[in-house]
Amino acid sequence: MEGIYAFSVGLLTACGVFLTLRGRSFSVVVGLTLLSYAVNLFLFASGRLKLNAAAVLGRSEQYSDPLPQALVLTAIVIGFAMTAFVVILAMRARADLGNDHVDGQVPKPKTPILQKGNTSHKTGGGQ
Amino acid sequence: MQHLSIFPILIPLLCGALMLLPPFSKTLQRQRILSVIGTFALLISSAFLLHQVMMKGIHLYALGDWRPPFGIALVADPVSTLLVTLASFLGFAVMLYALNDHDKGGAYFHPLFMFQLMGINGAFLTGDIFNLFVFFEVLLIASYALLIHGGGKPRTQSALHYVILNLVGSSLFLFGLGIIYGTLGTLNMADLAVKVGTLQGENATLAKTGAALLLVVFGLKAAMLPMHFWLPRTYASASAPVAALFAIMTKVGIYSIFRVYVVIFGDHAGELANIATPWLWPLALLTITIGTIGVIASPGLKTLTANLVIVSSGSLLVCAAIHSEAATSAALYYLVHSTIASSALFLLADVIARQRGQAEDRFVRSRPFMQPKMIGFAFAFCALAMIGMPPLSGFIGKIMILQSAHTTAESAWVWPLILVSSLAALVAFSRAATTMFWRHNGNTSSDVNTAKPLEIIAIGLLLITLPLMVVFGGDITDYTQNAANYLHDFNASAYDLLPGATP
Repeated sequence: MEGIYAFSVGLLTACGVFLTLRGRSFSVVVGLTLLSYAVNLFLFASGRLKLNAAAVLGRSEQYSDPLPQALVLTAIVIGFAMTAFVVILAMRARADLGNDHVDGQVPKPKTPILQKGNTSHKTGGGQ
Repeated sequence: MQHLSIFPILIPLLCGALMLLPPFSKTLQRQRILSVIGTFALLISSAFLLHQVMMKGIHLYALGDWRPPFGIALVADPVSTLLVTLASFLGFAVMLYALNDHDKGGAYFHPLFMFQLMGINGAFLTGDIFNLFVFFEVLLIASYALLIHGGGKPRTQSALHYVILNLVGSSLFLFGLGIIYGTLGTLNMADLAVKVGTLQGENATLAKTGAALLLVVFGLKAAMLPMHFWLPRTYASASAPVAALFAIMTKVGIYSIFRVYVVIFGDHAGELANIATPWLWPLALLTITIGTIGVIASPGLKTLTANLVIVSSGSLLVCAAIHSEAATSAALYYLVHSTIASSALFLLADVIARQRGQAEDRFVRSRPFMQPKMIGFAFAFCALAMIGMPPLSGFIGKIMILQSAHTTAESAWVWPLILVSSLAALVAFSRAATTMFWRHNGNTSSDVNTAKPLEIIAIGLLLITLPLMVVFGGDITDYTQNAANYLHDFNASAYDLLPGATP
């Protein structure tokens, strides 16, 4: 169980980090969401994973730590609010800046050095 | 007054919530009145709390009477109360400035301002590391909304960077906390400090990872070198009162670094003793360097101030790296000074920008000022303080930092860097003042936008504290020395906060 759990947290984190480093705000928002899922699972595991153990005393032979569950609830609420905010902000940025790049401008496509003179000549002629 | 130490959190919370309800939510005028009353009450109660802590010592406030290490505790100690008083004073002065129609750019300026103050005060007062995360989020979400207050392209663009960076920071914070809770089984800072010394082997390595993650998060807040890129653009694009309030936000990161890496992972942490120091040294010195380069390269007054905030962050991180009572005392004095001075300079930059038409705060030839004498005097005053020239508190703060570097190696790194950064600030300020005040083009304009009385009072209130910090320098340094001794004294800052625990 621990192996699968750790693998899922790791995979979610890896995907989250990869998407957060992308250039467009949509993938960044998705990446942040994945990161917060990974965080929630990770926090939950910080009280150790146990089967058949209630968080209330006297309900089962073993009991599990209730604090990580409270922490996860707090983290979920905060993460949810923050995601909602960043979605709205990304939409506002799309409207204000005219594109959905995090840096606010579309990066120029790379042109090979040999063709550079050609293209600049063409655009110069066009103007 | 046993509930006094929760007032700095409750007052802004209640004021902020009231402002969203009917009698206040409709009219700006009523919100303004409540804001001024609220920030003034906050200032009075924090000053009273400071007085109480000076007279009677540390006050431990257990919320819901859950004894530490269970439940959440608020700790009003000499360090946190000093910073709460600073935040409340700053809030009051900046609010006076904002009343002059700077709050009209968006609907919820006043409630957000209050929630921001609540988050800052809570982060200073809390004695629980998860609660520190919660208050970080409170102050961050208020700051996200305050940053785009007024709207506009540059603000949206810098807000997007700022929000995304801080959300990643929050995730890292939670990862760090998860690791620390998983290895130590507690979240109370005093309890963590007591238990961390017992860690051995693989658990110590895990806890080290958690501590390193926390350093990344606090470094992001404090604008430490690889994480400082957001700061100049964010601060330069924010509206004046917001930027002035943000001057204390980097200090929240610095305070957390002191609290976590002096008390918890300090000298008593066994295998984890002083784990941040090898990282803090190079990063702090490089932060000063990059800030100094930014200061020289700044094209406008707001960017210049933002880069000076990075330099002051670097100087404070150097104090954290030196890791001694004298350095912590110097850091506390310099922290108060640099917060007030940079905040005043942000407000002044707005007054200057409004009087120069198209040129705004950029260092280019433009029309002359409407109130050259007053603005010039205030600018010179701010500049002297930020550079660290003799008559004002910046000088004393920097001297204290330089004196706290004891060994030859420390002095060899710290002295040249701090002195060169001061020289760079001197050059930048002289160049700025020459261009803005003397090289004007002589055209006067009809759209007069002079500084209003409330704005002058707000800036004056901030500026008057700088000479006062020199006049009462002896008392203040006694206080900061006392606070530093407390922070470095393991019995006072850990065992005394855990009823029933003995060393």
